[in-house]
Amino acid sequence: MITFEDVTKFYPGQQRAALRNINLEIDKGEFVFLVGQSGSGKSTFLRLILREYRPTKGTLYVAGKNLGTLPQWKVPGLRRQIGTVFQDFRLLPGKTVYENVAFALQVIGRPGKEIRRVVPDTLEMVGLSGKEDRPCEELSGGEQQRVAIARAFVNRPKILIADEPTGNLDPETSVGIMKLLDRINRVDTTVIMATHDSSIVDQMRRRVLELRDGELVRDQAKGIYGSA
Amino acid sequence: MRHSLRETWSGLKRNLAMTIAVVVTMAVSLSLLGAGLLTSMEVDLTKRTLYGKITVQVFLCTENTQGGRCEPGKGTTDAQRDAIQQTLEANPEVSAVEYESKEVALAEFQRVFADSPAVHSRTADDMQDSFKVRLHNPENYAGVSSEARGLQGVQAVQDQNSILEPIFKWFGALQWATITMSVLLLLAAALQIVNTIRMAAFSRRREMGIMRLVGASNIYILLPFLLEALIAAVIGVVLAAGTLTLGYWFVIDQNARTSITALPWIGWGDLAAAIVSIAAVGVALAVIPTLLATRRYLRI
Repeated sequence: MITFEDVTKFYPGQQRAALRNINLEIDKGEFVFLVGQSGSGKSTFLRLILREYRPTKGTLYVAGKNLGTLPQWKVPGLRRQIGTVFQDFRLLPGKTVYENVAFALQVIGRPGKEIRRVVPDTLEMVGLSGKEDRPCEELSGGEQQRVAIARAFVNRPKILIADEPTGNLDPETSVGIMKLLDRINRVDTTVIMATHDSSIVDQMRRRVLELRDGELVRDQAKGIYGSA
Repeated sequence: MRHSLRETWSGLKRNLAMTIAVVVTMAVSLSLLGAGLLTSMEVDLTKRTLYGKITVQVFLCTENTQGGRCEPGKGTTDAQRDAIQQTLEANPEVSAVEYESKEVALAEFQRVFADSPAVHSRTADDMQDSFKVRLHNPENYAGVSSEARGLQGVQAVQDQNSILEPIFKWFGALQWATITMSVLLLLAAALQIVNTIRMAAFSRRREMGIMRLVGASNIYILLPFLLEALIAAVIGVVLAAGTLTLGYWFVIDQNARTSITALPWIGWGDLAAAIVSIAAVGVALAVIPTLLATRRYLRI
């Protein structure tokens, strides 16, 4: 699903590589934790997959496409296959739960009939049935993150990228969010989650990629947060 | 599509004051541009018509004439007259040379002054033989007339073009003044649109970020802004077209055409052409600044 072949990324005007010689493969349906300190390259890793940047060197394939040569106008098509969740939720204020989720489908031109069918299903899946008409600002942090996950997943992407999704949540709420991501992973969605939350990583025992100063220093199946 | 329209509408409402400012600037600048275009058309038409009618007239010497290239007490000889005619005909600017004898000139004089006591004051010998010279491009009269002035046996050269020149100078000044002013105002309108759209884009930057993230196409993200600018432009164009039509109808159709019949006047077809031009400029003025203002939000 995702293949890094000797990928290096320099930001313009910077001497140090944000990512250096990354080689790895992530298969369809995998659940991968991306760990490392701030500035270790996690965000760059995720942004390369989203084609917000191109690799400086090396080749990166996502969903069968070579992102180094993918023309600009095909980027929206790539992004429709990737759902994204952030630490700060990034919901649209002033819109209801339903509207926030429906927005993701409206703006890619999905017909209203399909939207009216798919959005309630997705909201039920993330456990927000009955809260469709609530303004997002009134929800708790955990509920807001569920809305964000619903929005990321409503188009049934092949890949879900989560950048510190539990960073703003208390441990109990985080567990709920992790259960949800696990459920999404079980329907064959590849999930890549960057996190600092050691207890979650240690509990889930999934593949762990650790970055340090832009280099991949650990790629461990059923790993834990700290190096063994 | 419905989503785009809703976004456009809310954008227009949100920036109502700015939108009105854009519409007014657009309307005024496009009206001026249209007026400038109509003036240009009128100048061209007048030049074409008047220049086509006028000639450079080369007067020959008689025994009584003085000045020019006349020998005192002598008229132009036949040899000189032939030489003058040949020189004029050889000039590439000249399209036709017509000889007018003093008898013909007298007849013309008597026709013009038929009702005047002066009608019998002249005889054929008071008149001068002349050549009437037509030019391919009447604006280039200066070379022909200065050449003719240098020929032996030419008493004077009268070019009617020199009478028209100051008129056209004023016309030209008017035309450039309107066009310059309209260009300045159009620049102001373009900057206003850049500003308005930039503000609108800034207030919607969250939405735009999410749109990009979930894979909305650039044209979809751009559409509300383009429509917003286009609506303002279309209203501006309609107002300007109305102003121009009213101005044309009142100034030219109702007044000038009947009171100044000596000049040709541009028609409704020219007005339509001017309106099409300002519409094109108006649309370009909406689209280009919008693309510039939203570029940074669309960078993938």
